[in-house]
Amino acid sequence: MIHECVGQFACLAGDIGFNVDNLRTGFWQLTIDGLAWGAIYALVAVGYTLVFGVLRLINFAHSEIFMLGMFGAYFCLDMILGFNPSGNAYNRGVGLTILYLGIAMVFAMAVSGLAAVGLEFIAYRPLRRRNARSLTFLITAIGMSFVLQEFVHFVLPKILKGYGGSNAQQPIILVQPKTQFHIFGATVSNITLVIVAAALVLALLTDSAINRTKFGRGIRAVAQDATTATLMGVSRERIIVTTFLIGGLLAGAAAVLYTLRVPQGIIYSGGFLLGIKAFSAAVLGGIGNLRGALLGGLLLGIMENYGQALFGTQWRDVVAFVLLVLVLLVRPTGILGESLGKARA
Amino acid sequence: MSVLLAPGDGIRNWWAGLGRVQKWGFGVVGFGALALLPLHTPSFLNTPGISFGGVMAQFAMVAIIAIGLNVVVGQAGLLDLGYVGFYAVGAYTVALLTSPDSPWNKIAPNGFLPEKWAWLACVPIAMVVTALAGLILGIPTLRLRGDYLAIVTLGFGEIIRLLADNLGNITNGPRGLNEVAYPHIGESTRLPHGVFSSGNSTGHANYGTWWFWLGLTLIVALLLLVGNLERSRVGRAWVSIREDEDAAEIMGVNTFRFKLWAFVIGAAIGGLSGAMYAGQVQYVAPPTFNIINSMLFLSAVVLGGQGNKLGVIFGAFVIVYLPNRLLGVEVAGINLGDLKYLFFGLALVVLMIFRPQGLFPVRQQLLAYGKSARALLTRGDSKATS
Repeated sequence: MIHECVGQFACLAGDIGFNVDNLRTGFWQLTIDGLAWGAIYALVAVGYTLVFGVLRLINFAHSEIFMLGMFGAYFCLDMILGFNPSGNAYNRGVGLTILYLGIAMVFAMAVSGLAAVGLEFIAYRPLRRRNARSLTFLITAIGMSFVLQEFVHFVLPKILKGYGGSNAQQPIILVQPKTQFHIFGATVSNITLVIVAAALVLALLTDSAINRTKFGRGIRAVAQDATTATLMGVSRERIIVTTFLIGGLLAGAAAVLYTLRVPQGIIYSGGFLLGIKAFSAAVLGGIGNLRGALLGGLLLGIMENYGQALFGTQWRDVVAFVLLVLVLLVRPTGILGESLGKARA
Repeated sequence: MSVLLAPGDGIRNWWAGLGRVQKWGFGVVGFGALALLPLHTPSFLNTPGISFGGVMAQFAMVAIIAIGLNVVVGQAGLLDLGYVGFYAVGAYTVALLTSPDSPWNKIAPNGFLPEKWAWLACVPIAMVVTALAGLILGIPTLRLRGDYLAIVTLGFGEIIRLLADNLGNITNGPRGLNEVAYPHIGESTRLPHGVFSSGNSTGHANYGTWWFWLGLTLIVALLLLVGNLERSRVGRAWVSIREDEDAAEIMGVNTFRFKLWAFVIGAAIGGLSGAMYAGQVQYVAPPTFNIINSMLFLSAVVLGGQGNKLGVIFGAFVIVYLPNRLLGVEVAGINLGDLKYLFFGLALVVLMIFRPQGLFPVRQQLLAYGKSARALLTRGDSKATS
């Protein structure tokens, strides 16, 4: 088959749209949906940013921690709460649904949190003992990312029947998306509401934990100057474990919110793309900076939606990657600047 | 554990002790034996169910990639996670110029490429285009360091794949480009399309084996090129950048320029491998250029020993051969061939803990004066002890 392109580059124009009208008419709807996506990115981004702040390490395997959280939530709904995957939504009423979601979220957070701490113990701690180079850490992280993905891909189905494997899990839909109210002509669905509310609560909790508690002060101290912090009696190892734990917990929570939005997304490779986007969000806001990660997540979610409206649906991921590259080139320290330690003394 | 992973050291030291002529002698014998492997495959090496020649062809391609990636990661110390992007650019350049599915098909009679030599003519074009891609990516990004560079290149790799996927009018999208050109050599009545065509699928000297031989020739040429670069001012500049960029800068090394050189040379070699891939498979589609393959190439380099060009070839062999050998071997209902990423992931983690320099680590030697300086030093040692 030979394509009908008149000029050599006329073909390009056919594939990349530029539809300003689309953006203008759907502006508020895009913004609100983008906020919901951004809230999920933000929660995952916190994990990247905290670990980077404390260890100067891009925890590449964080996306797999998120993926394990999705499977944890599914396991909880399926095996513990007894929901069967069926095509229909359960719609058990507001109170019960929120209760079930809460249980699933706690379970997923436990799974992800444990996985993150386990990752720290197995992979990163031995490297720190040996004073490894940062390249070594990154390669280890890539290795663990492989291991966790392929474990779910091939080994998990042999242990737990019906879990993992090459296909996504049959979706369990707790609640049908339903319009709750309108803002500026844009519809706000119950799912968007839950995602944004839950993410907001978790973000506020994390922020006050980092900025107001003793442990949070320890984290900031280690991020600022590990040696001095150790001399002042802060246990660096304990701080590092806590950091991984907080990141894991938030990734687990984000996983539940993500499966609300994309019920058919529970698959072994499902964390990868979201992980990179969350990392982009962390870089966008200023990696190592907690509030930067939250802001970056929201911004990325919204901009991705605008880009999608402007250029066409298939360019959604490209928008995120181009944004990542541009931010790193123009302002590698991100919008709010780099350091967790310097963010708030 | 670290002793278990150290057999490479003995071989490494033995090899380093050889003279130039001896090295050449062993090299010729070694590569000769490697070339004859597909014709006389020992039964323990054979890959049941898959053509051994085909596996070796794949090995040759990944080995070329590993040599190219080794220039970037191993020698200059720039972590490139999007190397598969260059591989894709090379493959797509050949495919776009020669596939009848492509709007930019330049095969005669409508274009300038003679049908018989189209593939060969496209190889240098592919290398130039990929080198340009390396330049375009390198100029803005090489100001970044370490982890940031890794992530930008990762983004670049994904962007290339998504472009191939999305620009359907040009690249035919997910359906890919078919009937890519290949060398028309050795045509006979039995093989009307020559020994490199997929029609040559039976026997030991099948098209996979021919591609392997072609690849092996290219590997030898690349080893000469990269080896000479390594021993030159450029190579010394790369090592200095890898070890300490600030110190290198202060000593007057134009770090940006040499990093860019590493990037461009690495990219061109990746493009060469991509062109080979497009010719051998005669079909190019986006999923081949997934980021996970980038990671796989990186594990070849890390496994073999960053900076050691012969070591990374061994790494490439492990990466390609093991999954194919284990394909069909079942343990507890799991096909071991499926577990390749799991194994390589574990191998990376274990290696990074116990032997971060890889199985065959590169030896830090006196680069500027090479052997003569070392001989002088060892003589001094023996005098001092006697």
